[in-house]
Parts: sequence; structure tokens; C-alpha cells
Amino acid sequence: MTAKPDKTAPLFWLLFAGGGTASAMLLPAMVFVTGVAVPAGWVAEDDLMALIGNPLTRLVVVSLVFLFLFHWAHRFRYALVDLGFGGLGKQAWLFYGTALAGTGLAGLAALRL
Amino acid sequence: MPEQTVLEVYRYLPDEETEPRFQSYEITYRDSWVVLDALDHIKTEIDPTLSFRWSCRMGVCGSCGMTVNGEPKLTCETFIRDYNTETIKIEPLAHFPVIRDLVINMQDFMEKLPTVSPWLITDEDKPLEAGEYLQTPAQMARYKRFSMCINCMLCYSACPVYGLNSLFTGPAALALAERYNLDSRDEGTQERSDVVTAHDGIWRCTYVGECTKVCPKDVDPAGAIQMLKLSYALDWAKSLVLPGRGR
Repeated sequence: MTAKPDKTAPLFWLLFAGGGTASAMLLPAMVFVTGVAVPAGWVAEDDLMALIGNPLTRLVVVSLVFLFLFHWAHRFRYALVDLGFGGLGKQAWLFYGTALAGTGLAGLAALRL
Repeated sequence: MPEQTVLEVYRYLPDEETEPRFQSYEITYRDSWVVLDALDHIKTEIDPTLSFRWSCRMGVCGSCGMTVNGEPKLTCETFIRDYNTETIKIEPLAHFPVIRDLVINMQDFMEKLPTVSPWLITDEDKPLEAGEYLQTPAQMARYKRFSMCINCMLCYSACPVYGLNSLFTGPAALALAERYNLDSRDEGTQERSDVVTAHDGIWRCTYVGECTKVCPKDVDPAGAIQMLKLSYALDWAKSLVLPGRGR
């Protein structure tokens, strides 16, 4: 049988890789600013709210949340494959669906800020 | 270290028995012996029916790969003294059918290897008068690590993805594809892409990394596969933005 390129795998892998890079590089900084620097008073809450008030900032933050969650979904899916539970069929959408739902919630939260 | 060492060896004699079993051989411990020496001693002095593959005895031919205390190893460079146990368990490489005792059937690997065209491909052959295909040390350094593979199949034995799905092209073959893709003299990246980027090609790798851990030649197949993924994924993205520009 002649092998054919997998047309969807590159998209999934790029989102996974992008999510991994973003998680490693940006998530700790985001957690530090929102979870430590603002409560400790090192960064004024008003300044942070002014930043997040910009629609472009909200779009970037929600996009990052999507990448973080997509990375989790893809990693978790393949972790189950490695453990012999399958995970390459329809059940894979459970993980990606959860990532999309989480992104939707982040979007709603961003709109309400 | 004990004076005596027990080798618990996987035995499978399909002509005589239906099920595999383990057989223990007690041998005198020798500090300078590798596992292959001990197996040789058993075959010549104790039990000539024991079967195993070997050839060069110096970590070059890749013939003597076996599972030693649960880990894929080249037995010609695995010293008994490094195992602080009275019993050393010797089994055939995992994930391959066993022909007899410690001899595996390597047909699957042998069929997969040529599918990635692991040789230099050029669009046009230069005439002899044009001279050699020159390469700088820096150009060679890009692929040299991946060229050290000796086809010992330890990486396939360690790879849980291959263990669960033998359709996976596998670490050594994909690392060799990257070795030639990175070679400045090669123009076969496109020719390899169908097999490399197929459903059971690079995308099946979940980056467990065991292939790299067990490789006796430090080839780093896991790294090669990630490089292939990045390279082909970026080409895919380019082909969306600029149709006809991707591989």
C-alpha cells in the first residue's frame, strides 16, 4: 500500500508544539503576575485591569488559553495511547472538546471583565 | 560480586515446545566478561542448543541486541560486572516475533528501512568529470549524529509506540530519513515525505524518548523525529500560505 501524507496531523502538531512553547515561556510569567505580583502589591491592580481592558490583550490572552488547553488535550490523548488505552479514535474529541469548552469559558470571562 | 553468576535465559524451541520458558545457567563470574561472552561460554561448554545472534563483538554490527534485565542492550558491550545481582535475565528484543531462543525475526524492520529511501538522492547525476560532491565540516556536522545508526533495533524494542502499533515506521528508519534530509548533497526530502509524514510515520511518535535513551551509538532518534515534525509541519503551513512552495 502506498503511504500518503497525513493532512491534518501537521495542524494538530503545530498547535500542540505552539501550546507547549507558550506554556513553558509565558504561563509561569502570567501566573506570577496575576497570582503573586498583583496580590503582593508589586503591580497595581488598576494597571493590570487597564492592560486587560484592551480588546487586543483579551484576544491574546484567550488565544494563549486555547494553546495551553490544546497542548494539554493533545498530550493527554497521546499519553493514553502510550498507556495502551487507545485514544486515537472518536474519544480524542473529548479532550479537544474540553480544550474548546475551556477556551469558550475564558472568552466569556474576558468579555465580562 | 558473587563468585557464581546465574544467567536466566529465555528459551523457545518451536520444533520441540509450544511455549517459551526460562532456563538457568550457573557460570563462574569473570570480571572482564560481557553478557555475550557468558552466552558464548554457555553455548560452547554447557548447552550447544542455545541460539543467539552475534558477529563483530565490538558494538559495530548491531547483531547482538537482547533484553538484559529488562533493558534493550548490545550484549557485546554490556558487562556482567555492571549488574550487582546474582541473576541476570536475558531475553530476546521485545516487540519482535521470536524465531528461536534469543533470535528475533527482523523482517518488519528490514521492510520498513528502505521505505524511507535511506540513501543519497539527487535530481540529476553529475558526470564523473564534474568531480566529487564536496561538503564542508559544518555541513557534515548537521547530520553526522544521525548517521551513526547500526540498525541494532534496540530503539524499536524500547519504543512503546512501536510495541502497541507495529505499523509505526519507527525510530531508526525515521532518524535515517532525517540523516539524509539534512545532508547537503541530498535532494530527496520530497521523495521521502509521503512515507515520513504518513499517518504511521513521524506523527505517531509521542516523544517518550526511550529510543534515544537506549541507543548504543547516541543517535537520538527522538530528536531526529521532532526535527522532522517541525520541518514538515512548517512546510505544510508554508504550502497553505504560498501554494506550491511547500515540499
